[in-house]
Amino acid sequence: MLQKRVIVCLDVRDGKTTKGVRFEGNIDIGDPVEMARAYYEQGVDELVFYDITASSEGRGIMIDVVRRVAEQIFIPFCVGGGIATIDDMRAVLLAGAEKVSVNSQAVRNPRIISEGARRFGNQAIVLGMDALADPQMPSGYRVVINGGRVKTDRDALEWAREAEQLGAGEIVVNSIDADGTRDGYELDVTRTIATGVGVPVVASGGAGVPAHLVDVFERGAADAALVASMVHYGDYTVAAIKDVIAAAGIPVRRVDQRPAV
Amino acid sequence: MKTVVVDYQAGNLRSVETALLHIGVEHEITSDPDRLARAQRIVFPGVGDGAHAMRLLAERELDEALKDRHAAGVPILGICLGCQIVLESTEEGGASCLGLVPGTARRFPPECGKVPHMGWNSVRTRPGHWLFSGLPAGSSFYFVHSYYPAPARAADAIAWCEYGFEFVAAIERGSLVATQFHPEKSGEAGLQVLRNFLEAR
Repeated sequence: MLQKRVIVCLDVRDGKTTKGVRFEGNIDIGDPVEMARAYYEQGVDELVFYDITASSEGRGIMIDVVRRVAEQIFIPFCVGGGIATIDDMRAVLLAGAEKVSVNSQAVRNPRIISEGARRFGNQAIVLGMDALADPQMPSGYRVVINGGRVKTDRDALEWAREAEQLGAGEIVVNSIDADGTRDGYELDVTRTIATGVGVPVVASGGAGVPAHLVDVFERGAADAALVASMVHYGDYTVAAIKDVIAAAGIPVRRVDQRPAV
Repeated sequence: MKTVVVDYQAGNLRSVETALLHIGVEHEITSDPDRLARAQRIVFPGVGDGAHAMRLLAERELDEALKDRHAAGVPILGICLGCQIVLESTEEGGASCLGLVPGTARRFPPECGKVPHMGWNSVRTRPGHWLFSGLPAGSSFYFVHSYYPAPARAADAIAWCEYGFEFVAAIERGSLVATQFHPEKSGEAGLQVLRNFLEAR
């Protein structure tokens, strides 16, 4: 049976995993390659690296991170952040990523999805979407860009469907309302998109305890769930999160399987 | 022993390459049928459109080279699309394929769930089969595919997986084995499958 995926997300700036801290800017929390390796050993199903580098030197450093991750971990991983052109996509895919993720750039230029899918296959193109609850929109959610700072006139479900038609192979739905709260995923927006498209949907934003993943798989219809701070600060290992998911009767991959007796 | 990875521009070979390097296998990546003719082991990956892949193989005369190597008994490991186009045909574009294994690649019907079948799924393997030796029962592997191999003879199936129904996840015929899943992206279980292929016989 197809298993629900647990995906760890790492924000990378100038070659370091970083975390935004209110009033303090970003603080470095570790080496992304070492962290990736640790999560791999804990049984993470997939990784996402978001490049939040502003400088062009940082871009080169990011490609080097991707290359080193590819040499050490043998599970799929995705790279997002600042992917604006086919050349940007090619660079990270050739460095060893399986997927690239586009977000604000795709809203501004939807052809990046169709062009990327044509060149690299639908399975390689992930749409990242930031959604904000808005009763004025038909689905109840509005697409926002630039990390939530800029509202667009697009409805979240309509945009997800359009991206699927254009060739996105997967959609990450990040709830701006839930992001950073650690109170749980926004189940309604996750379910709205997950049941409204034919491609896998990854829930993002709000995870604080393992039970939140159980909720988003059972009630949010998510195919996968993204976690970040839950695991980055040592509160939980990926294996511990999966123990809780498995105990709820949800199919999940375990790396500690023993041969059948 | 020279291991050759077939490059016919059907997808990115980087992860196959890094996995082989990691397990310490020297290998050559080539699109040259003459080099394939000298290979002692062949890894035949691929993602994308089956009909297009067959055209790419034919343009490079790699289709005949692969048939020839299979007939000669050279060990071949097909991966993903390389587990579909070794069959006689694919429903994808209605293309004729290599015909190393009787059967056809079929598309998942919509009632199976979302297509492509993407993610980790547990696999049931033929008990005692050398390709899966050293693996815990029910190990999971990473899949990304819209078509699945349907070999004509049940005896050619060596692994099975559940997605709405039980489909064949790996096949074997003569010196060829092929997995629908990606061993190069399936963690330690996948690396073990690669080792088993490279160390067999």
